[in-house]
Amino acid sequence: MSVKKSWRAVIGWPLIVCASALLFTGCSQPESDAEVITVYTARNEQLIKPLFDRFQAETGIEIRYITDNAGPLLARLKAEGKNTPADLFLTVDAGFLWQASEEGVLAPLDSPILKANIPASLRSSKDDWFGLSLRARTIIYATDRVQPGELSTYEALAEPEWNGRICLRTAKKVYNQSLVATMIKSLGEPETERIVGGWVKNLATPPYSNDIQSMEAVAAGQCDVTIVNTYYFGRLQKDNPDINLAVFWPNQSDRGVHINVSGAGLTKYAKNPAAARQLLEWLSEPEAQYLFAEANEEYPVNPAVEPSAEVKAWGDFKADNINVEAAGRLQAEAIKLMDRVGYQ
Amino acid sequence: MAVFEGSIAGLGNRQARQRSAQFYWRLPTYLVAALVLLPLSVIVLSWLDPQPDIWAHLLETQLARLLKNTLVLLLGVGVLVALVGVSLAWLVATCEFPGRRWLDWGLMLPLAIPPYVLAFVFLGLLDYSGPVNTFLRNTFGWRNGLGDVRSAPGVIVVMALVLYPYVYMLARSAFLGQGRELMDAARSLGVNPWRAFWRVALPMARPAIAAGMALALMETLADFGAVSVFNFDTFTTAIYKAWFGFYSLSAAAQLASLLLLVVLLALWLERAARRGRMSQNQRLQKQQRYRLAGGRAWLASGYCLLIFALAFAVPVAQLLVWTLAHLQEFDSRYWLFVKNSLVLAGTTSLVALTVALLAGFGQRQSQTAGIWVRIASLGYALPGSVLAVGVLLVLALIDNHLLAPLYEALGIGQLLVGSLLALVLAYLIRFYSVAFGPVQSSLDAIRPSYQEVAQTLGAGRWRILRQVYLPLLRPGLLTAALLVLVDTLKEMPATLILRPFGWDTLAVRIFERTAEGQWQQAALPAVTLVAVSLVPVIMMIRRSSEPH
Repeated sequence: MSVKKSWRAVIGWPLIVCASALLFTGCSQPESDAEVITVYTARNEQLIKPLFDRFQAETGIEIRYITDNAGPLLARLKAEGKNTPADLFLTVDAGFLWQASEEGVLAPLDSPILKANIPASLRSSKDDWFGLSLRARTIIYATDRVQPGELSTYEALAEPEWNGRICLRTAKKVYNQSLVATMIKSLGEPETERIVGGWVKNLATPPYSNDIQSMEAVAAGQCDVTIVNTYYFGRLQKDNPDINLAVFWPNQSDRGVHINVSGAGLTKYAKNPAAARQLLEWLSEPEAQYLFAEANEEYPVNPAVEPSAEVKAWGDFKADNINVEAAGRLQAEAIKLMDRVGYQ
Repeated sequence: MAVFEGSIAGLGNRQARQRSAQFYWRLPTYLVAALVLLPLSVIVLSWLDPQPDIWAHLLETQLARLLKNTLVLLLGVGVLVALVGVSLAWLVATCEFPGRRWLDWGLMLPLAIPPYVLAFVFLGLLDYSGPVNTFLRNTFGWRNGLGDVRSAPGVIVVMALVLYPYVYMLARSAFLGQGRELMDAARSLGVNPWRAFWRVALPMARPAIAAGMALALMETLADFGAVSVFNFDTFTTAIYKAWFGFYSLSAAAQLASLLLLVVLLALWLERAARRGRMSQNQRLQKQQRYRLAGGRAWLASGYCLLIFALAFAVPVAQLLVWTLAHLQEFDSRYWLFVKNSLVLAGTTSLVALTVALLAGFGQRQSQTAGIWVRIASLGYALPGSVLAVGVLLVLALIDNHLLAPLYEALGIGQLLVGSLLALVLAYLIRFYSVAFGPVQSSLDAIRPSYQEVAQTLGAGRWRILRQVYLPLLRPGLLTAALLVLVDTLKEMPATLILRPFGWDTLAVRIFERTAEGQWQQAALPAVTLVAVSLVPVIMMIRRSSEPH
């Protein structure tokens, strides 16, 4: 075997690849002239790209974005400081929006359009972020084993009659943390701790890592009820229209169903704040609102806009109108509480 | 030639030259160690921002359980990867049985499957509502089917199935390099084959096995994806909880720094396992294999096939079924994702391999202090997101205080964060030890006398590297290149946070889908990732099995 050949065998083809990589680096320089909005988004690409494409077609303003989890994006935004390319921070869950506001990476926006389109409980009290879609976290039950009359509130699931009959998603998911946080706000910490402890006692199986698995366990008979975001139910229903599950809206005679938002805020050091504001306002208008919510079977935040037909079929409900900021503020308390009662 | 070269002055000069030459040989290791130290320092400095509240809470309610879970996981995965990896490597490297030729490379393929993908495929099949348990319930009336797979044994099996290839590949190269003479010598002294394996072959392969196990265990320790799918809480999940739940990056970094201590200990143990190593003769000619006959041959085939099926065939088949059900996922951008993935992985594997080779060779020329070598390999043991954010913080610091003012003066420039350079650096920091492990263990297997002979014949060090070492190291280098390539393809957190705009890869695609629990829709990018990883695997395998 010749030595030269072995050299080539080891480095030959990656070398070609490497050379082309260097070529590409040159292309990644931002073009400074064209009008561009840069978005850091924790909402999935498939849910936002259609809207971005539409906005671009209507206005000619280009949108570039990177997707990641909210935590790393926030860390990046903070670390980049005034050199950040980001104009908008878009994420799912009020907790992270509240956190971004706390970290001081967002800029307030005094926009009559946004204020008119978005109810006050679904945006920041400092006007630095705005809810764009609304998600309800509700009870799903097995239609062949549970009568809707047996269900009433989130709290009632802690009663002994549900022993061994409930499934839950992990307490590590922010949606459950927000649910418990708003319960602390409404019911106080001791009462919430008693209830969440009751849920844990009633679990049929250790918590699942996502809502879909939890609902599939209900459908398969491992347990009878679970608490999930409605759009996950929508997905399951789309794949299997005859599934033996149905939506129940709890707490209709008191505070209402727990809701959360996905939303966005202008960054403090936005390079193109005018266009970013234009995009944010555009997203709050009826046409975009419908599409934004419909893409993920969520509810529009703009009260003038109806949800999609599939979503409407689950029925109307009274929503908890506590400001979603509470979810962020009390999140740490909620996690500690869930840890104490052994909710994993 | 000067006759009196041995004069006092000349001697002093030569010593100085030697010293500086020694420094140059150590330079690659120092370089990587310095790179790794950048994000590590961020992690260690997090202690300047104490988080007594969170710590008190964690100590009170979480840590005992998390540590127990983590230890059980490490122990289970460690034992299982060693048993499976070594036994497969031994069978394939030294025996002949039906199917051996393709199993030889087929058994490496599970490497291409990211742990979280295998985890969600397994859960999809074996969960309470999955097809297997539904069948058992409906047919045999077993209320609980196989029982809850979301438990310690379940996680251990899944992790071991994706991680055994590290041990398999390294041990395989080692067994292939041993040749059969030593075993025959042992046998001729009246030792039975089993004893010969334990007393001769296994001790000689120890450095390779230790290196493979170190990689597998570091990945286990750093894993977040697979354990999350199983909702199995480990030390790593606590790190993420501190960060995303308590919004405390400092507490997360503090927890991560404890993880580093454990890893340092493990690396020290690995080096202890290397100590007292035996040099061996790299036999490059084809060796004779033990021909297994009858029942034994089929037993060997059956065992290898079982592992191949569990770790590769079944998950890939399931992914394909899901892919076919969600073909609308495919769009023209897929080719771009494939290209991006390959460019990033190819560049990284080339860079990491070059640095690892220079560092390994350099270490042989002049003993580099062990501490630097160990620091350089720490990047692999940190949870990906934590390392990525550490790299990000340091690069942003450089951007903000150095590059941004400079570019402002020049009026042009590209910041590090969000550039390809930064991403490749992050990959190098993360995967350096993956390249270094195989390189070092195959260097260990080369007799120093080879080099001494070449030196006596007047060859310079570069020439020795090229003409003596490279040919001998080829199997090790191929293994290293392959491991880094496939690991980079699978890498998610650093790619997500540091990638330039438009540089979405297949792993990013998988993230987009799994982030919201759409596992079936993630099947297409996952299966593409596996297919893309197979190309280099097969290319390398064909090269490594060329007649020499």
